[in-house]
Amino acid sequence: MSSDMSNSDRVQKLHAGGPTGPIEKRWDQHRFDMKLVNPANKRKFDVIIVGSGLAGASAAATMAELGYNVKVFCYQDSPRRAHSIAAQGGINAAKNYQNDGDSIHRLFYDTVKGGDFRARESNVYRLAQISVNIIDQAVAQGVPFAREYGGLLDNRSFGGAQVSRTFYARGQTGQQLLLGAYQALEKAIHSGKVKMFPRTEMLDLVVVDGVARGIVTRNLVTGKVEAHAGHAVVLATGGYSNVFYLSTNAMGCNATAAWRAYKRGAFFANPCYTQIHPTCIPVKGEYQSKLTLMSESLRNDGRVWVSSKQGDTRKAKDIPDAERDYYLERKYPSFGNLVPRDVASRNAKYVCDEGRGVGGGEAVYLDFRDAIKRDGRDVIAAKYGNLFHMYHKITAEDPYEMPMKIFPAPHYTMGGLWVDYNLMSNLPGLHVIGEANFSDHGSNRLGASALMQGLADGYFVLPYTIGHFLATHKPETMGADHPAFVAAKQEVEGRIDGIVANNGSETVDSFHRKLGRIMWNHCGMSRNAEGLRSAIDEIKDLRGRFWQNVSVTGQKGSLNQVLERAGRVADFLELGELMCKDALTREESCGGHFREEHQTPEGEALRDDEKFCHAAAWGYEGEDAEPTRHVEELDFEYVKLTQRSYK
Amino acid sequence: MNLTLHVWRQAGQDDNGGFQTYEAKDVSPDMSFLEMLDVVNEGLEASGQEPIAFDHDCREGICGMCSLQINGVPHGPDRGTTTCQLHMRSFKDGDTVVIEPWRAGPFPVLRDLVVDRTALDRIIESGGYISVRTGAAQDANATPVNKADADEAFEYAACIGCGACVAACKNASASLFTAAKVSHLARLPQGQVERYERVVSMVAQMDQEGFGSCTNQYECEAACPKEISVRAIAQMNRDFLVASLRGR
Ligand SMILES: Cc1cc2nc3c(=O)[nH]c(=O)nc-3n(C[C@H](O)[C@H](O)[C@H](O)COP(=O)(O)OP(=O)(O)OC[C@H]3O[C@@H](n4cnc5c(N)ncnc54)[C@H](O)[C@@H]3O)c2cc1C
Ligand code: FES
Repeated sequence: MSSDMSNSDRVQKLHAGGPTGPIEKRWDQHRFDMKLVNPANKRKFDVIIVGSGLAGASAAATMAELGYNVKVFCYQDSPRRAHSIAAQGGINAAKNYQNDGDSIHRLFYDTVKGGDFRARESNVYRLAQISVNIIDQAVAQGVPFAREYGGLLDNRSFGGAQVSRTFYARGQTGQQLLLGAYQALEKAIHSGKVKMFPRTEMLDLVVVDGVARGIVTRNLVTGKVEAHAGHAVVLATGGYSNVFYLSTNAMGCNATAAWRAYKRGAFFANPCYTQIHPTCIPVKGEYQSKLTLMSESLRNDGRVWVSSKQGDTRKAKDIPDAERDYYLERKYPSFGNLVPRDVASRNAKYVCDEGRGVGGGEAVYLDFRDAIKRDGRDVIAAKYGNLFHMYHKITAEDPYEMPMKIFPAPHYTMGGLWVDYNLMSNLPGLHVIGEANFSDHGSNRLGASALMQGLADGYFVLPYTIGHFLATHKPETMGADHPAFVAAKQEVEGRIDGIVANNGSETVDSFHRKLGRIMWNHCGMSRNAEGLRSAIDEIKDLRGRFWQNVSVTGQKGSLNQVLERAGRVADFLELGELMCKDALTREESCGGHFREEHQTPEGEALRDDEKFCHAAAWGYEGEDAEPTRHVEELDFEYVKLTQRSYK
Repeated sequence: MNLTLHVWRQAGQDDNGGFQTYEAKDVSPDMSFLEMLDVVNEGLEASGQEPIAFDHDCREGICGMCSLQINGVPHGPDRGTTTCQLHMRSFKDGDTVVIEPWRAGPFPVLRDLVVDRTALDRIIESGGYISVRTGAAQDANATPVNKADADEAFEYAACIGCGACVAACKNASASLFTAAKVSHLARLPQGQVERYERVVSMVAQMDQEGFGSCTNQYECEAACPKEISVRAIAQMNRDFLVASLRGR
């Protein structure tokens, strides 16, 4: 793109800064090499953590135990409600409790391959190593994972793997893991080491002399804008799937914290890597506010099919077996229904594009008939009861009696702020953990690996690496009365005034819906150059209209949900454009990023390792300037670069 | 279908508040209750009026953020269902629906239908956890747990902390909420060490927050969207008694 050309003098080669040597020794060696902060000095350091999901809560609890003073912020009324609570299916760990051939190396291999060779090997290996400690920690906290009759932990399978390594608590694994981390956080609050700020939204990052030193927040009840200073800042603010308006994320999930950090100089890596989850309840009507996921775990027992005829309007039960196309089992005999998400989603799109979706529309069947016949209704209910119940509630159809109808929906974002091996962004002092960073999943995340990554980052990586930053960098103590904080606070107040002053005639949600449609059509399951270019223009127009004609009711000095949403949508309107730029520049297909121009004859993603075996990290250059595309080259020493195959 | 809504509006904590009437037109039975409110709100916003504030986030029945007293019942007419999972097919054309915030002293109204439930966090803070330093855990399979116990612990652990139990109780007791956590941890071997200290601290905190006492009416169980059993309360009372006998 021409933008690269004009900014070419600014392009940086990014380095993860991780250790070298044998991969299985790297993290160990690194822990030894890192500097420590002695216990008496830890209490002199204040750490700001934005986000109380799995990543934020686990990091806060652990760092408080170590002796740091921690402030935690979240937008919900309680840290327990972070979006991690909604994770259903499970969490991976290389325990090999099933004795089915799993190992740390296999989890590492599956994750690198599943991510279509666009993740950093050292990070992924560390993640696989730590995975086993997470399960130990969670069980010790009282997380009630599913157990077998002998009292030992049970496992199930998830996509992209041929072993059973997923630990689960019915369809509520995220809830139980988050409650474990939340309880540890509450204990730390009780001890006085953590101060919790619920219903408080971060609206800016404060950078002093190139180092992240604090944040500016708005109290969502009183509207009060405040600055908080610390010795290090951690963003654990989750993903940005809500740029699509309709997604499986909670209504409040947003990109604001990450986007504000980007505009203060943090690099945004691979924004176009988004995951469209194959099994969600299809859209019903214009009023639809969100989409509901039906966990991937259902693909352990559910079989995916469509009619072999186009526009078949018969009921599922009237379509005889011979006329059903179990297309995943047919095309991918060795992984079958458990292919990775990007492959499953794309194939659902293909059959629906052919006119073979349910009734000729946009849905495919996920059918439990055979599983119920084989195992009985009770066994299926014990595994998936709450999901079946949820499905029944939403659709008024009973999945025990007829197959579920499902369709892909935006679900997870592999892209995020760029971080090094220590989970620190290019801005010293700013650390990013959980879904908010870009690190471990390449261009496609495997199921049950986000919970693993969030908790690995929060319990076991960041508490060490942040110490190294504090010990080597020795940031001076600084008050929130420093001029940089005063100025940042004023900017935020000015921006809020600017938003509240809008009394046009179009609602905030109407803009969000329009943006979502542009993103879904042009930067969704498949993308092409022409569509992406037109999306960039459309988004620019929409953004212009937003600032002219959005209607923001109410005051800034009180609880005002319209104002909250307007601020978030304003940021999505900028992020969406960057996503399209990133997708346009990456002239290859990999994982969830599928460029129609680059595919194999069978319609699989076709990578270009010559030109694109790197992470792209975008740097902000100013309101009207093109961002700069920096690169981090990716080396594959342990997993050979090959065309992914799940056949 | 068309509905008439009587909605509690209150500008802030110090405002007196009162009911206002709105018409919800062309409501589809497939909408969720909150989507119906979204549509009403968008209409208000488009005409420059302030929309009705209500809490919500996941809209999947798991985060516990949504609330609402619907025709006097927390989370509305469907059993075992949060407001966000309640669908308009549970109503019929011409219905009048009264929508209020949770009504309980320890849950002050912040605005319209939004209340402050941080008292529940403080109950957990007082002892609703197992103390285990990060990294100090033994292998997860070192202590087998009887499946029935693990399953029962899960049933209690499924609490979403929404506060419906408090809103349903005429004494505004938080017994079911507190007991669910006490019973979850009491069922597991890992929870034994702090078992009795835990129940004493949590009950004390519950009282300190101004929640009333349990008089065995079981309204809480009926209102609980996760259908948590009042057996939890019996367990909590037993543990509390044992703790008192042991002089904790
Ligand atoms: C329906 C669903 C099911 C899933 N199931 C699984 C699964 O089975 N297995 C799996 O591994 N993964 C699953 N995932 C993915 C996984 O749940 C998430 O990736 C993960 O939980 C993210 O955790 P997090 O800590 O990074 O962020 P979150 O849990 O999203 O937490 C973000 C935190 O940041 C706060 N925050 C955000 N913005 C701001 C701001 N501006 N100011 C202040 N605070 C802010 C929020 O209040 C919140 O506390 C699922 C995801 C969804 C949507
Ligand atoms: S919005 Fe999360 S439980 Fe209702």
